[in-house]
Amino acid sequence: MTLVLNEEQQMLKESAAGFLASKATVGHLRKLRDSGDELAFEPAVWKEMVDMGWAGIAIPEAYGGLGYGYTGLGVVLEQAGRHLSASPLEASVLVGATAINCLGTEEQKTHWLAAIAAGEKQVSLALQESGAFDPVGVTASATRDGDAFVISGEKRMVLDAVSADAFVLIARSGGVAGETRGLSAFLIPADAAGLSITPCDMVDSRQCGALSLNAVRVPADALMGSEGDAWPALERTLDIAAIGFSAQLLGLSLEAFERTMDYIRERKQFGQVIGSFQGLQHRAAHLFAELELARSIVLKALQAIDSDDQGLSRYASAAKAKLSEVARLASNEGVQMHGGVGMTDEYDIGLYLKRARVLEHLMGDYYYHLDRFARIGGY
Amino acid sequence: MTEIDTFRQETREWLDANCPDSMRQPVSGFEDIYNGGRKPEIDIPEQPLWCERMAERGWTVPHWPKEYGGGGLSAEEVKVLKEEMARIGARRPLDSFGISMLGPALLKFGSEEQKREHLPPICRGEIRWCQGYSEPGAGSDLASLQTRADDQGDHYLINGQKVWTSYADKADWIFCLVRTDNSGSKHEGISFMLFDMDQPGVTVKPIRLISGSSPFCETFFDDARAEKRNLVGEAGQGWTIAKYLLTHEREMISGFGTSGGKSLGKTALETLGADAEGRLRNGILRQDIAQHQLDTLVFGATMERVGDEVKAGQGLGPASSIFKYYGTELNKRRNELNLAVGGEAALGWSGEQYHEGETVRSFLRSKGNSIEGGTSEVQLNIVAKRVLGLPDA
Ligand SMILES: Cc1cc2nc3c(=O)[nH]c(=O)nc-3n(C[C@H](O)[C@H](O)[C@H](O)COP(=O)(O)OP(=O)(O)OC[C@H]3O[C@@H](n4cnc5c(N)ncnc54)[C@H](O)[C@@H]3O)c2cc1C
Repeated sequence: MTLVLNEEQQMLKESAAGFLASKATVGHLRKLRDSGDELAFEPAVWKEMVDMGWAGIAIPEAYGGLGYGYTGLGVVLEQAGRHLSASPLEASVLVGATAINCLGTEEQKTHWLAAIAAGEKQVSLALQESGAFDPVGVTASATRDGDAFVISGEKRMVLDAVSADAFVLIARSGGVAGETRGLSAFLIPADAAGLSITPCDMVDSRQCGALSLNAVRVPADALMGSEGDAWPALERTLDIAAIGFSAQLLGLSLEAFERTMDYIRERKQFGQVIGSFQGLQHRAAHLFAELELARSIVLKALQAIDSDDQGLSRYASAAKAKLSEVARLASNEGVQMHGGVGMTDEYDIGLYLKRARVLEHLMGDYYYHLDRFARIGGY
Repeated sequence: MTEIDTFRQETREWLDANCPDSMRQPVSGFEDIYNGGRKPEIDIPEQPLWCERMAERGWTVPHWPKEYGGGGLSAEEVKVLKEEMARIGARRPLDSFGISMLGPALLKFGSEEQKREHLPPICRGEIRWCQGYSEPGAGSDLASLQTRADDQGDHYLINGQKVWTSYADKADWIFCLVRTDNSGSKHEGISFMLFDMDQPGVTVKPIRLISGSSPFCETFFDDARAEKRNLVGEAGQGWTIAKYLLTHEREMISGFGTSGGKSLGKTALETLGADAEGRLRNGILRQDIAQHQLDTLVFGATMERVGDEVKAGQGLGPASSIFKYYGTELNKRRNELNLAVGGEAALGWSGEQYHEGETVRSFLRSKGNSIEGGTSEVQLNIVAKRVLGLPDA
């Protein structure tokens, strides 16, 4: 595989850019925020995205998707990152569908993946329990009871929890917190008895709910894969999700950078445009170099998913760590170089800063992935 | 078997039979690289033999055309050759400014006659070249150069001084920027000339570096002579060639940022010890190493991506400047980390146990990476102005 987009991916990129620039912009996000909309996305716009096939891009054809692979989905996520487009693309398409594809049984895949691709259902992952990403720290419990499982526990940071029809929920049926052994995955309908959902708005005006499970009873066929063995497939899901969020961080960073460059080409102080000051020029050029590096690792990591590369985890951690770092730089420099107006709500650059921080934390932040990268490197 | 498989097979057999054992050891440092020339420095007796064998096949410069002494290999074949050399740890048989800088410029701007005269001796390592760009008053501001070349009909007479001329004392010929005209802007009137260093009008004085070695020189021209046929391109149009050559120089220098070797993390683990969970004991050093290794991986992916884009006809764009900037900063970071991992022992300068101060000499030499070929600041200026289109003050 060469590190360039093929023609199909290039076309997808252009059509995504065009659509999002008119239908799902920063301005739309702002309106959703100001109206206090509980879903935090526009169902009509989401329906158009589904009609364009975006919900099924990475879903295999055998399960009703387009089978374009993750490089294709990454291209769309990058564009969505540029416009801060609000939609269930991340929660349900990137994370939910991937979880089902990696963890699910044949039956679950047949049923759910087609429904996600068709935009009929949304599925979100319920994994995290504390403020910090720690996938093996799960303590929610799943106990067998005859033909059923009884599940109890608390989950946080569940993306688009309010609109989800079902959750891929990770619970512990054996082992102790910190162990990979004993983790099990379940597909649980959102209206299951004993399951309550508390919506929570994040700083980026997207929605991440909390779940509370009080002896939720699900039939045995809710189990995904075999009991206690979810880790390898869960790890792959998380790697893919981290790479998808990296693609989004890339789009966000590029857009924040370009907006900032436009600003410093216009703004005048001391009788000159501020972009002529070398103090700003060198920081801008440094950021440009970092962004070029960021582009490469995102593409490399997306291709590693599609080519079943053995080194997927290494690329996933490299991509998420690098993009978290670069997005932080790009969003901070964005505000700083805008000066005072960068601090106003009226200017969009602040929205980029907010979204950057949320995306950095989803599926492991810079420190988490840098540590994992070192461990994979054997030190 | 496909053609490329056959090529791989034959290459493997040939390398196995022809690469001397001593040429299958890693190079120990900057000074351990074979540069050829009329008076070659030979550290290991087999160096010239290995160079000669490879040159016979055109494999010292495998991607250059056959008629000029190269191997005429396709990009895919070059990759296979590199892989097969790496498989047995074979050294590159020859490295030189002729290969990395002058050659590409001659291939693009030289006349047929100039290519035929100068390229084959470069491929065979017979003539070693040096670069006469910088002058005492023209470093970052290269176009301010003052060395004069006066037209004498069939030749030019050259007067002036160059500085920081790496290996001028070892080189046979020089590619030199000279002023043939003073009337226009400073970028006009510059010419690109080639001449023999072994002539009465050329004097060379080595300058000692902080790393202890003396690779660079002050170079003085006092009525030195360059034949007219060795003017490359048109008189006064040398700046374009100079800049093109600089992109190649920058690419070569930025390659230092990817040079691998043993994982720094693992070396550190062995030297400094692990904590209870098997991680490097000093968590802060571990973080710095991980950041460095991460950036090295990502930088490598960027070189690969840009290479693929060029093959797909998408053009190199500004890449050479960001690569020069980033690659050299990475290499400097690696050298800092090597010192940190090595501790006081790495600061030894001479004596058996210090391997001639290799770690610290390499550290000191690396500081020049962000100066030579245009400083980091100058690269950032280029990106800001030519890529981002930010205005002049
Ligand atoms: C190891 C090594 C090998 C070399 N080999 C050769 C060789 O073979 N042939 C050859 O011709 N030359 C060679 N050089 C010279 C090299 O190209 C120059 O040193 C370099 O271009 C910088 O010029 P200078 O030393 O005059 O520094 P100066 O130009 O005086 O720069 C001093 C400082 O000012 C900064 N600066 C200057 N202008 C600006 C600006 N506009 N904006 C911001 N900062 C600025 C620089 O970045 C630097 O930090 C070599 C140098 C080194 C270190």
